Amino acid sequence: MDTIQPSELPREAGCAALGREGNVPAMKILVIEDDLEAAAYLTKAFREAGIVVDHASDGESGLFMGSENTYDVMIIDRMLPRRDGLSVISELRRKGIHTPVLILSALGQVDDRVTGLRAGGDDYLPKPYAFSELLARVEVLGRRKGAPEQDMVYRVGDLELDRLSHEVRRAGKEILLQPREFRLLEYLMRNAGQVVTRTMLLENVWDYHFDPQTNVIDVHVSRLRSKIEKDFDQPLLKTIRGAGYMIKDEG
Amino acid sequence: MNPFRVVFKSTAVRLSALYIVLFALCAAFLVFYVTALSERILSQQTRETLEQEVTDVQRAYNRAGLNGMLRLMERRSRQPGANLYVIASPSGEILAGNVASVQAGVFDEEGWTTLPFQYERYSESGSPVPHQANAHVFVLDNGLRVLIGRDLGEPQKLRLLVRRALMVALGIMGLGALVIWFGIGRNALKRIDRMSAASTKIMAGDLSQRLPVGGSGDEFDRMSESLNAMLGRIEKLNEGLRQVSDNIAHDLKTPLTRLRNKAADALDQPSQEARRAGLEGIIAESDQLIRTFNALLMISRVEAGSVAAEMSDIDLSAIVTDSAELYEPVAEEAGMALATDIADGIVVHGNRELIGQAIFNLVDNAVKYSSDCTSEPRIAVALKRRDDGICIAVADHGPGIPADRREDVLKRFVRLDESRSKPGTGLGLSLVEAVMELHSGRLELSDTDPAREAGRGLTVTMIFPPPAA
Repeated sequence: MDTIQPSELPREAGCAALGREGNVPAMKILVIEDDLEAAAYLTKAFREAGIVVDHASDGESGLFMGSENTYDVMIIDRMLPRRDGLSVISELRRKGIHTPVLILSALGQVDDRVTGLRAGGDDYLPKPYAFSELLARVEVLGRRKGAPEQDMVYRVGDLELDRLSHEVRRAGKEILLQPREFRLLEYLMRNAGQVVTRTMLLENVWDYHFDPQTNVIDVHVSRLRSKIEKDFDQPLLKTIRGAGYMIKDEG
Repeated sequence: MNPFRVVFKSTAVRLSALYIVLFALCAAFLVFYVTALSERILSQQTRETLEQEVTDVQRAYNRAGLNGMLRLMERRSRQPGANLYVIASPSGEILAGNVASVQAGVFDEEGWTTLPFQYERYSESGSPVPHQANAHVFVLDNGLRVLIGRDLGEPQKLRLLVRRALMVALGIMGLGALVIWFGIGRNALKRIDRMSAASTKIMAGDLSQRLPVGGSGDEFDRMSESLNAMLGRIEKLNEGLRQVSDNIAHDLKTPLTRLRNKAADALDQPSQEARRAGLEGIIAESDQLIRTFNALLMISRVEAGSVAAEMSDIDLSAIVTDSAELYEPVAEEAGMALATDIADGIVVHGNRELIGQAIFNLVDNAVKYSSDCTSEPRIAVALKRRDDGICIAVADHGPGIPADRREDVLKRFVRLDESRSKPGTGLGLSLVEAVMELHSGRLELSDTDPAREAGRGLTVTMIFPPPAA
């Protein structure tokens, strides 16, 4: 595996890659994309972020590679030669392969997202997209660092979130949150150590699927941050410039 | 191409061919029915006449004996078109009468002959001619047999005649129909040819062409008129589209130029840090461009109605509450209060994502454009049922929009703030309007405080049609 100096990376990728220090095996993904230029860019950018990338340039070979090898995440373009993206996904699901799939689409908006997710995709990103957005989503789909879904209590450093009693404590001291702030923190902590973008927050916390154009999410995050960090020295919730936010214990 | 083949390819001609076949079938049935009926009536008449003859002959025999009967028969057989009169011995030998011979066995049974039988007549040429007849046979008290019959030649001739006359008449009618339909078919064909010639020109790009209208107001004219109306609409839309794409090209040039300048700037920076900052600025600028493209795509897709499939009954109250909740901290940060007046349990049929985004855009605009106003830092979000529908009103107390510019701000990329000091794509209200159109609703812009001189504020109202009762 390539060793990469954080300084060589785009800043958002660098932060994601920092979490990979230690002995976590590299994430391995399959990119099925017929636009060779876009595929080359994705391959290079993912490798720089410490992710192993295989590439297939049409639906049939993508289906073959996806069935023969094990991947953590697959990125599938919707419009592919020889077999369209949605049919690749349903065929993989029919074969019992449940690898998380992110659908890329030039078609782009609400209704396409719904059909894509119905066909068995796990996430959906319309083109054009920012690579930081794609990377954050792939990292979350691969879910190497975050808390398992079934955990009832999430912990980051001395911060604790109880999903059953809806209680949040830091260093044993209870923090009172509004219901929406609780869900925001819950989502951040489930994906602790991973970058989550503003769009991902709007999707998962508010359940609206569009690009929050202004600073609306930032204001909510900074409110949350002031509540969980006000009386403590150790910052937990970081802003990743050009990408989004990440909750992480630096200690 | 062979003109006949063209004619037979046309629907009119094919239909008429079908009619002719059906007509011929009905006509054939008619011919057979009429002839059979007339034949039956004729034979009925024959039978009655013969019965009358038999009665007459029997009466003559009873009154005047064999001689009297013979006299009567002789007299009657001289009349033109006379019946058959035969007297035969009990063994079947013809003793007297106006026929040469009769099929064997006819005299054996009394009463009506069951089937027509053969007989021969005396003829002028000498050789007997075969004929067919029906007859009644009776036996006299001295054992002689008397046959009174009628030749079947006439009914048969009549039947042939009727059949031939009907066939000729029907044939002429069929031929006439064919000629008439041929003419109509050719006429229709010519008009369709003219129409396709016009549409070929239109397809070649000349949208100002129109289909010919004959002026008779028939089906073809009506079709041409509605197609022409459609062409007019397409032409108008096309012009609008051209104008929009011109605007888009113009408006995208500005950020692209800015992007290029920033890149050139970053390249000139001596320090690593400054270069990085420059590149980050470029990424932010590109993200803004991507947003603009996404918003444009979204609007055109909403306008094309291709998102209409994802409609369901949605809780409008919840969406408006979400928007207020989402923007309340933003407003507060900008030093403003966000007041809500949201009616509960209002449900409309629509696309949650689009309506959500539309409301968010309005609240976002309200915060953005009235945050400078310090006199009344207040935004109101309301959801109400009204007589004319369900309305969502977002009111601010900012500078407002003069009545004569309200149409303009709905256009793509139009921003009243020429300096473009506020972030935004200039597409927000265009999207809201497109969303309202998709939901058969409308958008209203008005003053929040019409009484004021300056700073009247802006109230944007999304009005959904009242739910069908």
